[in-house]
Amino acid sequence: MLSFLLKRIALLVPTLIGISIVSFGLIRVLSVDPVSLLSGEHAMSPERHAELMHQFGFDRPIWLQYLDYVFGVLHGDFGVSITTKTSVLTQFLTLFPATLELSLCAMLLAIVLGIPAGIFAAIKRGSWFDQLATGTALVGYSMPIFWWGLLLIIVFSGGLHWTPVSGRIDLQYFFKPVTGFMLIDSLLSGQKGAFQSAVSHLILPSIVLGTIPLAVIARQTRSAMLEVLGEDYIRTARSKGLPPRRVVGLHAFRNALIPVVTTIGLQVGLLMAGAVLTETIFSWPGVGKWMIDAIGHRDYAVVQGGLLIIAVIIMLVNLCVDLLYAVINPRVRVHG
Amino acid sequence: MSDAPTETAAETAEEVALPAAAGRLGGLAEFWHYFAQSKGAVVGLVVFVLLVLMAILAPWLAPYDPTAQFQQSILVPPAWLPGGSSAFLLGTDAVGRDMLSRIMHGARYSLVIGLIVVTMSLLCGVTLGLLAGYFRGWVETVIMRVMDIILAFPSLLLALVLVSVLGRGLFNAMIAIALVLQPHFARLTRAAVMAEKNREYVVSARVAGAGHLRLMLVTILPNCLAPLIVQATLSFSNAILEAAALGFLGVGAQPPTPEWGTMLADARDLILRAWWVVTLPGLAILITVLAINLVGDGLRDALDPKLKRS
Repeated sequence: MLSFLLKRIALLVPTLIGISIVSFGLIRVLSVDPVSLLSGEHAMSPERHAELMHQFGFDRPIWLQYLDYVFGVLHGDFGVSITTKTSVLTQFLTLFPATLELSLCAMLLAIVLGIPAGIFAAIKRGSWFDQLATGTALVGYSMPIFWWGLLLIIVFSGGLHWTPVSGRIDLQYFFKPVTGFMLIDSLLSGQKGAFQSAVSHLILPSIVLGTIPLAVIARQTRSAMLEVLGEDYIRTARSKGLPPRRVVGLHAFRNALIPVVTTIGLQVGLLMAGAVLTETIFSWPGVGKWMIDAIGHRDYAVVQGGLLIIAVIIMLVNLCVDLLYAVINPRVRVHG
Repeated sequence: MSDAPTETAAETAEEVALPAAAGRLGGLAEFWHYFAQSKGAVVGLVVFVLLVLMAILAPWLAPYDPTAQFQQSILVPPAWLPGGSSAFLLGTDAVGRDMLSRIMHGARYSLVIGLIVVTMSLLCGVTLGLLAGYFRGWVETVIMRVMDIILAFPSLLLALVLVSVLGRGLFNAMIAIALVLQPHFARLTRAAVMAEKNREYVVSARVAGAGHLRLMLVTILPNCLAPLIVQATLSFSNAILEAAALGFLGVGAQPPTPEWGTMLADARDLILRAWWVVTLPGLAILITVLAINLVGDGLRDALDPKLKRS
């Protein structure tokens, strides 16, 4: 297991270097020079421009700048945002809990609904439930989630007034963030109604962000279950007279779980892309909206740092999934 | 006398060609048989054909120019609602443009976006995948590492950053989406080429003296097509969704282009006042993507029994 782990981690190094080159190079090589971005619309004398270029080190060879950047990153320095003049890492760390909270709720929703739906659809193959579930999953899979969010706002916020339109909590509640998770912080604050307010703000964004993972997980669970249910060992288990619940729950589901876990892991990248759209629609103060705003302001340090951190997080999650995979499926350890 | 041998030769050629043509037709018939087994796939195909027709005929079918503004008719609801007018069947938007005309013209953008993006990513991805799978060694390592790196980023986010670097606009958005979609083609092609490369027919073609290019393009590639066709269909719908998302985020097609995602972005502030301006373009995206995905599922089941889901 240890050698598998080490091998897997060693494989990450070239990708990691590549990711850092892409996030550094995309912005620095292809865009206009960062100093004119700083000055914006104001005209700047060539002398002042050259002075600033020198001050920030932009006049040095690009590979030296890259090495500097990597050196900084390894020491936790991702640069400073042009617009807010605060450290990119600090900004990321304050905003990330909001995205994490939203993503976890979305994923929870997708797993809690998707796996049982997939299992039942597979057991009752061809039934009305199967057809309904398969059809719904296909619609969910094809959903433009930015539109889906607007639609839910029209119905539940505009029409029924059940849920708020945007933000994480009503403005009347104010407390210092402890964990950064609004659900926990609102409980800790002890203010009456704060928790309910946080929950009501979280419902629609979670549904929107969870829709595609839900559809993908349900589809994958169904097809994995169908495949496993056709295996000989299931027939054996059935013919031994084991109760169907035990056959499905123990024998079939545990084996079907392997592709499902992989699918769930692969959704993390999708979740981050979805967070960009979901957070924009619901004005959710998370990492996705931060990136969009940074792109709008051409805040290259934030775009660069954000892209790098997000890609590394996704890579680490995929590593965890691979390890989990090796735990559930011993064959991978031997041959991997 | 001199005519006879030629005739015979021609006849023989015909005789040889006939079974081949019949085989191809038979293959098509067999494919259609499997494809038509899925009702969803057929419905998807019909809807898709209708969408293509709507896109092609938009200038003649649409009642108005998609950018024409009717200042007297701002935010008119659809015809069946109180206050609606039969002059604007699906209502008008915030500057008095006819929604129906805009949605019809929007189909042109979305379908062309899908087509161009898939063509670009298919050409690029298949070439890279062929090279990687055929030559192996350092060529493969370099290509596949680069693909891994592209796939390490969330596709929409990478496309977003690419567009903001290249400059806003539909064409750059298409390039960005093609770039983030092509690693899937490269991976698929590489895997398929590696599986085919050492088969006997490839070896015999090589022994017969076929060069690298011929081996790659003529001998191996046609036998790797099935998974690529399925992936191309799925990428088609993905491309439409991502282009609409970029339009919605304001970096794709720019207003007043009647692209569906851009129309949604324009309408965001009106969600609680004029639902039709928001609902209809999104519904158009959903129907298009759903139809293509239905076709894709049907294609997968018909072309690749191994991947069959049910």
